[in-house]
Amino acid sequence: MSQRTVKWSVIVFSILSLLFMSSAFVSAEAPAGDTAANPQTPWWVWPLVLFIVTFFLGIVAVLGGVGGGVLFVPIIGGFFPFNLDFVRGAGLLVALAGALAAGPGLLKKGMADLRLALPVALIASSSAIVGAMMGLAMPQDVVQIALGVTILGIVLIIFLAKKSEYPDVKQADALSTALRINGIYHEVSTGQDINWKIHRTPKGLALFIIIGIMAGMFGLGAGWANVPVLNLLMGAPLKVSVATSKFLLSITDTSAAWIYVNNGAVLPMMVVPSIIGIMLGSIVGVRILAKTKPAAIRYMVIGLLLFAGSRALLKGLGIWN
Amino acid sequence: MANEIRATEEQIKYAKILDLGMKVGLAALVVTFLIYASGIFTPHIPVNDLSKYWGMSVHEYLEATHSPHGWGWLAMIGKGDFLNFIGIAFLAGVTVICYLAIIPILFKKKDTVYGIIAIVEVLVLVLAASGILKSGGH
Repeated sequence: MSQRTVKWSVIVFSILSLLFMSSAFVSAEAPAGDTAANPQTPWWVWPLVLFIVTFFLGIVAVLGGVGGGVLFVPIIGGFFPFNLDFVRGAGLLVALAGALAAGPGLLKKGMADLRLALPVALIASSSAIVGAMMGLAMPQDVVQIALGVTILGIVLIIFLAKKSEYPDVKQADALSTALRINGIYHEVSTGQDINWKIHRTPKGLALFIIIGIMAGMFGLGAGWANVPVLNLLMGAPLKVSVATSKFLLSITDTSAAWIYVNNGAVLPMMVVPSIIGIMLGSIVGVRILAKTKPAAIRYMVIGLLLFAGSRALLKGLGIWN
Repeated sequence: MANEIRATEEQIKYAKILDLGMKVGLAALVVTFLIYASGIFTPHIPVNDLSKYWGMSVHEYLEATHSPHGWGWLAMIGKGDFLNFIGIAFLAGVTVICYLAIIPILFKKKDTVYGIIAIVEVLVLVLAASGILKSGGH
């Protein structure tokens, strides 16, 4: 095992240890079925622990190529004493803050494409409102089970989905031609200008109804689904897909976040340390990524999601409380 | 300089407003949280009592703490915890401002379809933000 792999194993192990400690701390002090934390604990402990855990999650998310929200909701929801309603509200705001921070740079560089994003965003953000309302209305155990199944599905997508740097789009479809969804971006690594267009637009837009609903329902962000649809189905180049997906989250998550805010499912004591933690972690992660990208971290992210998804599923089924 | 010609006028406009809005929103979030944590303004829910409530579903929580929903937080802006909603609302509102800024550019360029898409998006986001849409509860 290389030294690098050992280093990253230690980081992931630290996160898991923190999670287990917080989980054990809650269950040791609270009566069965009661998720309230120990009242003797100073109030500042939980935001501090949240900050530390989300800082590490921010690093791992960047290195693992996933969004912060997809790690935040199952991990914080599974191992912290907070109700899933508040975790999903915080998860959406965490994903939103990350997307808002990345959006301007991606748009200015022409990596994220507004013409591609606008029609998709309209569908995804409208659906996210429906998803958020459904999520807040459903029984907790049903949401937990659905969340667990979704996270395990995401693991499969991450594990199996191929990526295509420059998909072969022989002919743009009628809708994308009418909307003039095409572009040129400058590939810095090769110095080339890449012309791109898309196809299968109606199918892609239809899938964004489901993606929007899931994003709103679980507060996960939706990069894990956006990128495969934009890249593999619609044929946008990988870099354009990743950048446009990140920017899209700033719109999709905005609509869902308002539903959580207006329904009272936002606790500043959770939200602010989490946003700051994950954003600082992401900044550190990007710096590490510029120097190195350990392949093992991808498998560790898959392992973390597998663990957190199983936890959510078993919690929902009443097997692991 | 190849990169500079790739982004359209509306894309650059959107990016600039988003950049500024994001920075203002995040700064507001940090400042209001520091005020909350320092206890300068008394919170609606004492920080030491928060752990009694955050395990409840949102509907139980609202009942138990007599907290407002919708835009009711505006009336409680003097409370340390609700002060944080300034930054949260700003971050959640900046996208609407970006859309409003690009609509005239789209129509000026006779890009009517995208102009209409942008208007409908603003309506969707305003509807979400309005507080009209309530979830049924569980």
